[in-house]
Amino acid sequence: MSTTEEIARAAWGIRRRVMEHTISNNGGYLSQACSSAEILAALYLEIAALGESTAPLTPVAFAGVPSAANSAYASGGAYNGTPDPSHDRFFLSPAHYALVLYATLIEVGRMSEDALDEFNRDGSTVEMIGAEHSPGFEMMGGALAQTLSQAAGVAAARKAKDAPGRVFVFLSDGEFQEGQTWEAVQALSHYRLDNLAVYVDINGQQCDGTTESVMRLEPLASRIEAFGGRAISVDGHDIQGLIDAAEPAADGKPLFVLCYTDPCRGVSLLERRRPKLHYVRFTSSDEREEYRRYYETQMLPERAAGGR
Amino acid sequence: MEIVARAHAKNLVRWAADRPQVVVLSADLTGSTEISDFQAAYPERFYSMGVAEQNMVSFAGGLAREGYLPLIHTFGVFIYRQALNQLVCSVAYSNLPVKLFGFLPGITTPGGATHQAIDDVAVLRGVPNMTIFETGDATEVETILDAVAETPGPVYVRMLRGEVPRLFPKSEPFAANRARVLSKGEDITLVTAGICTEEALRATAAMRKRGVSIAHLHVSTHKPFDDPQVVDALARAKRGVITMENHTVIGGLGTEVAETIAEHGLGKRLVRIGLADTFAHGGSRAYLARTYGLDAPALVARVEEMLGEPLSIGPEELAEVRVEAVHSLAKAEGL
Repeated sequence: MSTTEEIARAAWGIRRRVMEHTISNNGGYLSQACSSAEILAALYLEIAALGESTAPLTPVAFAGVPSAANSAYASGGAYNGTPDPSHDRFFLSPAHYALVLYATLIEVGRMSEDALDEFNRDGSTVEMIGAEHSPGFEMMGGALAQTLSQAAGVAAARKAKDAPGRVFVFLSDGEFQEGQTWEAVQALSHYRLDNLAVYVDINGQQCDGTTESVMRLEPLASRIEAFGGRAISVDGHDIQGLIDAAEPAADGKPLFVLCYTDPCRGVSLLERRRPKLHYVRFTSSDEREEYRRYYETQMLPERAAGGR
Repeated sequence: MEIVARAHAKNLVRWAADRPQVVVLSADLTGSTEISDFQAAYPERFYSMGVAEQNMVSFAGGLAREGYLPLIHTFGVFIYRQALNQLVCSVAYSNLPVKLFGFLPGITTPGGATHQAIDDVAVLRGVPNMTIFETGDATEVETILDAVAETPGPVYVRMLRGEVPRLFPKSEPFAANRARVLSKGEDITLVTAGICTEEALRATAAMRKRGVSIAHLHVSTHKPFDDPQVVDALARAKRGVITMENHTVIGGLGTEVAETIAEHGLGKRLVRIGLADTFAHGGSRAYLARTYGLDAPALVARVEEMLGEPLSIGPEELAEVRVEAVHSLAKAEGL
């Protein structure tokens, strides 16, 4: 199987797991899986050279909030490998994509399947809004638009230490509405942090509807360039395009790969819910049954085709 | 006990109908803060500000300067943490009538530490010109808007959403800086706020059966905090005072009561129930209440400590208690 085939297969797996979870829990962040599956699969399987996971396949139970007195507290970053200078780092910013990240970790073998049974369960670290102790997370990004700044600090430190590894950040388009995001771009540019690359899931959606209707963001590429970043726009479902965009340029500019995605990709049934796609909650048992039928008759048989 | 769904949603539309100066601002949480109906009813009075709260707060200041009455709606954390400086400089300093509805108080969300407003009262009490209200039941959610509008300057409301119990009768609406005296008693004075009142009512019923004499007050105004009924009840407590809040014990209700006890020279022992200067985490409300000592059994345990005697009240007995709507003692039919 070629790299792109492997990634396509993992992307299908991510969508499948999130769909399955959404059905059994009567709700979930399904459209985020639809839009970002290829991006996350490509990052974990090819683009980011992460170290091997040092975390247990089955996530540990919540061990209390971090404090000077709590030695049992553990960061979910262990699932992304040790932060050796030669390893790349990965930070996922929009913490409500947690479900999708957990599905990704399972698909790429960093976490066991039954971890999703712990999703949003009392006492588990597999939180609905990924916290620092949740698998795959290393920071508290739930308030949005703070992770990029933190990652910029990590990148600055790595540059100062001549660490060859890159820092990859996954952002959602909505976060560009927050001023802090632009402060981060400004600082990344000012400090010439070209060892940091951002993949942005531009699915055009947010809680209240389309980003266009809520608070317009475009033209995003030229805004980023005006702030001193390098912006490459790609089809967020074109795996080779996602991989090619990661090519470093050593130009002193942070890289922003703007991935234009479809929040219904892989689950065409979602089209009916536009523009309210942010959180899918079934309004009736009939609707839930419809999704279950779609899952069984349309999604499962697609496995051989690598998922589309 | 009546459970009311989305009390704020319809009420706001009705209330705003003949108040054309009322506008609503949203930070991409319209559905989650019960303002979808308002948006549908008055689209030209609805401002979608996106995920950009600092701008929203200053923007609201500008609207207020031009005679509008802006009602900001978002999760509490995204107001008092995200936009504190804007609230202070663009609104509070100039005493502008910007009203801020902060949803998801304390442990009422499984969203974890980034979504749980555990220190909003503490932070905002320190802001001059700020008034702080907290809703504790459906009646308060439904009847708070008049007080919000009539209070000059900025007002922050810890707001409840979704399915909210009716603890207090509609005939007893929210009244600013006026506690509800739910019971009189002599051993212990118990002061609770927000969702803790419902939980406390489970415990007080059982404790009264064991002969404990409890004065119970429900507080819905944190700032200002000088209701003479509260001072009176604190002064009468023989064994001590207990506060219970869906908030850190630092800077909120417990501290308001401590300040009152100290200022009036009452010399009472005070036990503050709340988050013990800790972040919470993601989980269901019942689990979080149990984990962080904010439930009825926790209250019983603190009363036992204060009295120095066991009350032998099991969790099953507390769970079985039906909490009925409570008339405050201002009415003849009070408990």
